[in-house]
Amino acid sequence: MTIAQEASEIGAGAQGWEAPDTEARFRLGWIPWLCIFWLTGLAFAAIAAGVLPFSDPAATDIANRVMPPSARFWLGTDQLGRDLLARVIYGARVSLTVAFGTVVIGAIFGMLLGVPAGYFRGRTEAVLIGAADIGLAFPPIILILMVVAYAGASLVNLIIVLGILAIPIYMRIARAVTLTFAQREFVLAARALGASHLRVMWRELLPNVTLPIMVVAMIGMSRVIVIEGILSFLGLSVPPPAPTWGNMIALGVSELGFHPHISFVPSAVMVITIFAFNSIGNALRKATDLRESAL
Amino acid sequence: MGQLQRRLLHLAVVLFVVTFATFAMVNLLPGDVALAMLGPGATPEGVAQVRLELGLNDPLVLRYVHWLVQTVHGDFGRSYVSGEPVADALVRSLPVSVELMILSLLLSLSLAIPTGLVAAYRAGRRIDQALGMVASVLLAVPVFILGLALMFLFALVLGWFPAVGYVPLSEGMLANLRTFAIPAATLALFEWPGFMLVLRGDAIEVLQQDYVLLAKAKGLRDRHILFRHVLKLSSFTLLTVVGLTMAGLIGGALITENIFALPGVGRLIVGAINSRDFMVVQGAVTVVAVGFVMINFAVDALYAVLDPRVSR
Repeated sequence: MTIAQEASEIGAGAQGWEAPDTEARFRLGWIPWLCIFWLTGLAFAAIAAGVLPFSDPAATDIANRVMPPSARFWLGTDQLGRDLLARVIYGARVSLTVAFGTVVIGAIFGMLLGVPAGYFRGRTEAVLIGAADIGLAFPPIILILMVVAYAGASLVNLIIVLGILAIPIYMRIARAVTLTFAQREFVLAARALGASHLRVMWRELLPNVTLPIMVVAMIGMSRVIVIEGILSFLGLSVPPPAPTWGNMIALGVSELGFHPHISFVPSAVMVITIFAFNSIGNALRKATDLRESAL
Repeated sequence: MGQLQRRLLHLAVVLFVVTFATFAMVNLLPGDVALAMLGPGATPEGVAQVRLELGLNDPLVLRYVHWLVQTVHGDFGRSYVSGEPVADALVRSLPVSVELMILSLLLSLSLAIPTGLVAAYRAGRRIDQALGMVASVLLAVPVFILGLALMFLFALVLGWFPAVGYVPLSEGMLANLRTFAIPAATLALFEWPGFMLVLRGDAIEVLQQDYVLLAKAKGLRDRHILFRHVLKLSSFTLLTVVGLTMAGLIGGALITENIFALPGVGRLIVGAINSRDFMVVQGAVTVVAVGFVMINFAVDALYAVLDPRVSR
């Protein structure tokens, strides 16, 4: 058993919080619903930010600098008098775009590689899984820092790098799920009816792999949001003046002792968002009875 | 092929890929590295000079071998900004990062062991649910936000510890530990949920074993059973998890250093990226990545030695 296999097992165990009762398996509790509400609201605001009556996130207003949250500025203003509410919403655009793009790249390529690996077994599997293991052996934050250092930080670069880094994880899961389905009767039946390998993988296996992949993608979203946050906190993500949650937090550090809201407003939004993705992912996992220990 | 040979082969392949990727990154990415190093004001002569110095006109594989030989001998080249040998900068900053990681690991384990055991012993009860709640909230807090929150609370509001800065170990252990207090606590809290939850899950299983029942029947006290019998078996799982979280710990340490202005490798790398000091980036990244791979290998090997079931 390799480290990477263990990682997916134990990492999964560490993420999930098993409720002692299994009765409520198909009911979402109120927390996941609240999380869905938060994420839909945030996504809607981020997409429609240009149309909604937010103030300009770049407009400075020196008369109203470092204002605490009030009726006029719901979340307060920063050192340049910029409205934190507008900046948080525009920052959500960056975070959510990077997270979504990364997860889509990782999941699609992960499935494209993982399903054949689990279906054909043998040499295909050995080569693909070997490559994934090597990919997982690299400390991700180091690789990301390196690419950002040499290629420069932009939205597209970030999505490509983070997306490629995510592929091995989704590939392992796609393969593991495929393994459990590849020997089932409906696959044999499709083969017996003369379906080609390609058709079996596309029509019989892929639909079964998609749901577990989506569960993992939910938690993957929160991981990417953290990484983007770290990079932009260090000044290595989308360059200013574009607001990102990370660079907003970094801007407030020097004022932490006097006007802590400048850092803590974007921090709170970020934490709630990450928590929302995590708890929806965990609720989905329980509802779908996805046994991560099998992965 | 035996288990050990396979592991060694895997290690060799991973080390090759990691070092080659680190090396090739400077050379293969779009744009001229020499130009990038010199910045916008570069003259053609300057670029040609740097290209010659870096050996950029040789074939890539040759350059890789040359670089690898130099690196193995401890020669990482010189910084393009300060002219200082990269090796010196590494020797200066590595101990800071290592101290941070060791302190936080100790702190984290000393928090996780009692809480994990109690949560397992009282599984499903109120204290278990409370710990689970705290853990799931902490899992949603990125390490840099956690760091800022602790800095705000303990340095700015309570004033117990300095917010930023670093006092070397040579200037007194206590002063040194004071500067490490908040950063180490940050990383420890960041690692705690993972350790606690894994230990809890494992201990719940162990608690259902017959010998625990026997120990209870003998009249041993709960604390004795938990720490002597359950922890002994679970410590093996814990060891694996500690190994597995190395990536998170290294990444977390690199970020924490940047928040608290600790002069470790993380600060070195980020500073070098910002000043486009690619020799420093390359050297530091190589050291961290190879260190990470070696730790993983060691944990894997230790795992096989400790649990004979793994090497079947």
